[in-house]
Amino acid sequence: MKSIKNHLSLVIALLSILFSIQIFTIVDRSVTAYKDNLATNYSLVVVSNSVLSDKAIVEADERINAMMELSPDDVIQRLNTGMSSKNMELLKHTLPKFYKVKLKHYPSPGEIDSVTKKLLSNKTVSKVENFSQSHDTTYKLLLLFKNVVSLFAVSIFVITTLLIFKELRIWQFKHSERMSIMALFGAPTWLRSAVLFRLAIVDALITSAVAFGLFAYMSSSEWVLKQFQDIGIHIVLFDPLYDFAMLAGVAMFLSILLATLIVLGHKEEV
Amino acid sequence: MDKVIIANNLSLSYSNDETIINKANFSINSGSFIFITGASGSGKSTLLKSLYGALKPKEGSLIVGGVELRGVSGSKLNFLRRHIGIVFQDYKLVKEWTIEKNIMLPLIINGYEKSITQNQVESLLKHVRLKHQAGKYPMELSGGEQQRVAMARALSHNPILILADEPTGNLDDYSSQLIWNLLEGANTQLKTTVIVVTHHIPEAMGVAYKHFHIEFGSIHEVN
Repeated sequence: MKSIKNHLSLVIALLSILFSIQIFTIVDRSVTAYKDNLATNYSLVVVSNSVLSDKAIVEADERINAMMELSPDDVIQRLNTGMSSKNMELLKHTLPKFYKVKLKHYPSPGEIDSVTKKLLSNKTVSKVENFSQSHDTTYKLLLLFKNVVSLFAVSIFVITTLLIFKELRIWQFKHSERMSIMALFGAPTWLRSAVLFRLAIVDALITSAVAFGLFAYMSSSEWVLKQFQDIGIHIVLFDPLYDFAMLAGVAMFLSILLATLIVLGHKEEV
Repeated sequence: MDKVIIANNLSLSYSNDETIINKANFSINSGSFIFITGASGSGKSTLLKSLYGALKPKEGSLIVGGVELRGVSGSKLNFLRRHIGIVFQDYKLVKEWTIEKNIMLPLIINGYEKSITQNQVESLLKHVRLKHQAGKYPMELSGGEQQRVAMARALSHNPILILADEPTGNLDDYSSQLIWNLLEGANTQLKTTVIVVTHHIPEAMGVAYKHFHIEFGSIHEVN
C-alpha cells in the first residue's frame, strides 16, 4: 500500500502533463484538418479582360496552387432572351474572363490581402473577389477555439509542474537521510541516487503505460469518433508509435530531471 | 608503527566565528584503542566528524589513512570512508531497509560478492545476537538492538578504523557489554584501530588503550 502511494503521486502529476500535451496535439491536428477542409472549398475569383496564363498566375504567389477558368455559359444562358446565335457568340466574346484561383492552404486574413494585391498587380486582372468577410469570421472562430484549448493545456501543464516541484520537496525529504547515510560509508553519487533514479524511471514507465491505455481506448471509442465525424474531421487521435514515443519521452525526461534536481540539491549532513 | 591518523596544528570550527578545536597536534598508531573524553560541548564529536571528513579542517593538516582531509576531493573521501566503520549515537540506520540490508550496506558499497556478503551478514547477526530479527526494520527494534545493528554494520567490511560516537550512551547493560566486547574483539583479533568518544571509560577494559581528553579546544593525552 505504502509502495503504491509512493508511486501514485508522481504518476498522477506526470499523467496530467501527458494528458494536456496529447489534448493539445489532438486540437492542433483537428484545427489543421479543418483548415485543410476549408482550403479545399475556398477559392478566389479573378476577373480579367483577356485570357490569363496558368503559369503567370501560379507563379504570382507561392501560396497559389492552381487556376481554373470558369465557363461563361451559365451567365449567357441566363441572358438568353431571344437573342440570335450570332449575337450570343458576340456577347460571349465581349464578356470578361472569370477564373477560380485555389490556394495551397487555408490562408490567414493577411495572406488573403497579400495574394489579392499580387494578383491585382497583373495589369490584365480587373477585379479579385476574395470573400474576405465570411473567411474572416470562420478563421477567427478557428483561432479562438485553438487558443482557448491551448490556454487550457498550458494551465494544466503549469499547475502540474508546480505539483511536481512539491513532490520534489517530499522526495528530497524522504531520500536525503538514506543518501546521507550511504555517503558516510563512502557510496559514490551514482550508487546513492540509484534508488531515486530507479523510482523515477519506474514511475515514468507506469505513466507512459497508463497514458497509452487511456489514449488507445479514447482513439477507438465510438462516442469520441462520432464527435469528430459530426464536424467532418478525420484525424489520428493517437498514433501508437509517434505519440507514444513523444509521451514516454516527456515522462522519462521530467522524472529523470526531478531525480537529478534532488541529487544536485542534496547536501550532506554535518 | 604506522600512523593511521596524523594531525598538525589542526583547527576545527562549524563557521568562521568560533574555533572548537584549536591548533591540535596528535597522532594515532595503527591498531591502537583510543578513548576521547571531555565535557559536553568540548568538541569530542566535532573531532570525530573531522576524522571521517564530515567537517573539513579550518586550519592545519589532518591525515587519516594516508588521505589529507583538508581540501580532499569527493572521490578520495569516498575511498577513505569505504575503509572506515562508523557507529553513531543515534544509530543512523536506513529506516526503510531491513536490519540485514543495513548491515550489508558497506559490503555493497565495497562491491563484495553476494555469497561473501550473505555469509558475513549471517555471522555478524549471530555475533550481535540478532539472527532471529534479520528481516525486521529498525523501528521494530529497541535502542540497544538498533545500536547492535549499527555496530555490526561498522564491522561488516573489516575496516582499518572504527569511529564510535558515544556507542553505549542510553543503552542497557547487556547491549553495552556486547558492544564493548565487539570493539575489543575487532581491535585485538583484526588489529583494527578503534576510536571511541565517550563520557565514561568502562572500568573493566580487556585491551590496552590510550586516553585523550579535550578541554578548552586543546587535546592532550591522559597518562
